[in-house]
Amino acid sequence: MTATYEKIATTTLGSSASDVTFSTITGSYTDLVLICQVKGSTTITPYLQFNSDTGSNYSWTNVAGDGSTASSSRGSNQAQSRLANQVYVDTTLNMNIIVNFNNYSNTTTYKTFLSRANKTGTDGGAEALVSLWRSTAAISTIKVYPSGGTWSTGSTFTLYGIKSE
Amino acid sequence: MAISRVKTSSILQGFPKSRSLLAGNTAFSPSSFESIATVTVGSGGAANVEFTSIPSTYTHLQIRGFARTSRATYGVDALRYQLNADTGSNYSWHHLRGDGATTEASAGTSISYMESQRILGTTTGASFGALVMDILDYKDTNKYTTVRVLGGVDVNGTVGGIGGAVMITSGNWRNTNAVTSIKLYGDSANFAEYSQFALYGIKGA
Repeated sequence: MTATYEKIATTTLGSSASDVTFSTITGSYTDLVLICQVKGSTTITPYLQFNSDTGSNYSWTNVAGDGSTASSSRGSNQAQSRLANQVYVDTTLNMNIIVNFNNYSNTTTYKTFLSRANKTGTDGGAEALVSLWRSTAAISTIKVYPSGGTWSTGSTFTLYGIKSE
Repeated sequence: MAISRVKTSSILQGFPKSRSLLAGNTAFSPSSFESIATVTVGSGGAANVEFTSIPSTYTHLQIRGFARTSRATYGVDALRYQLNADTGSNYSWHHLRGDGATTEASAGTSISYMESQRILGTTTGASFGALVMDILDYKDTNKYTTVRVLGGVDVNGTVGGIGGAVMITSGNWRNTNAVTSIKLYGDSANFAEYSQFALYGIKGA
């Protein structure tokens, strides 16, 4: 048995940033896992794009609970995906996001990823989201950015690789 | 200087490739997460995927999947799973699901499998589902086995009038035996080509 789950790259923002982009991601792994602890300069939705693709090639479906109701939404033919839709990043409390990019480097199929987001307080809740990128390209760049404003100082982003045998 | 972009190449550029907590040592990775086995479905498809002879050297197991079936009409299919080839009515499951329009919670009790609905894609819908399944305390012979799954598939809208879905599932096997095999299969059709399931072991402290 071979040990796996390796840290590929990590950053803790020393000042606000409009995006965090992991680039030059190799195909050395089977899956990627991205863990974020974020705050924003305003109330925002966390967005994501692969490989600088700004076309309408993304879609997503979510389920969320905000403490009083459960709800589900979807977005089709979007120019970006999102890591959460009904739990919002804000200026005061960290939002925790864990994203699983399974089979990210294959060049045969569209890509599907899973996101889990949690936050307490205003605009908080628990959420799961699945997203589709209609491209057969291997994922080599992941850009995570807020729908408006910036990521706040101290936000952390860490990318891991998992390799199966 | 603000760090807004991270490139693995730039991280390593100009520095020795520090692969351990002590620079210059051999590659470091957490020893608690190990790959056990992987199955990738070939061109003929597969009725099921089964991991057998699972070693008892871990505390938890995790299956990471990327899969679809050859189901017609719809873009989603259910994943079913059994432990230790037990086909008796010794399983139960609960789930919370969102399909883009509505939320749903349901359960199955005293049935012959555990199930996560709508987390597999289909060849009809052109998408693959993704899933992460944890089998907790799988070798503990003092309690029933609990499974949890996060999974989903998106089809960019609907296929056959049904949208993709994301869901969380809990499952229970009312048996105290250590888990030594796991069988995975689709509800409506065989697994299609390129479907992949990887089994990992997670060690305790």
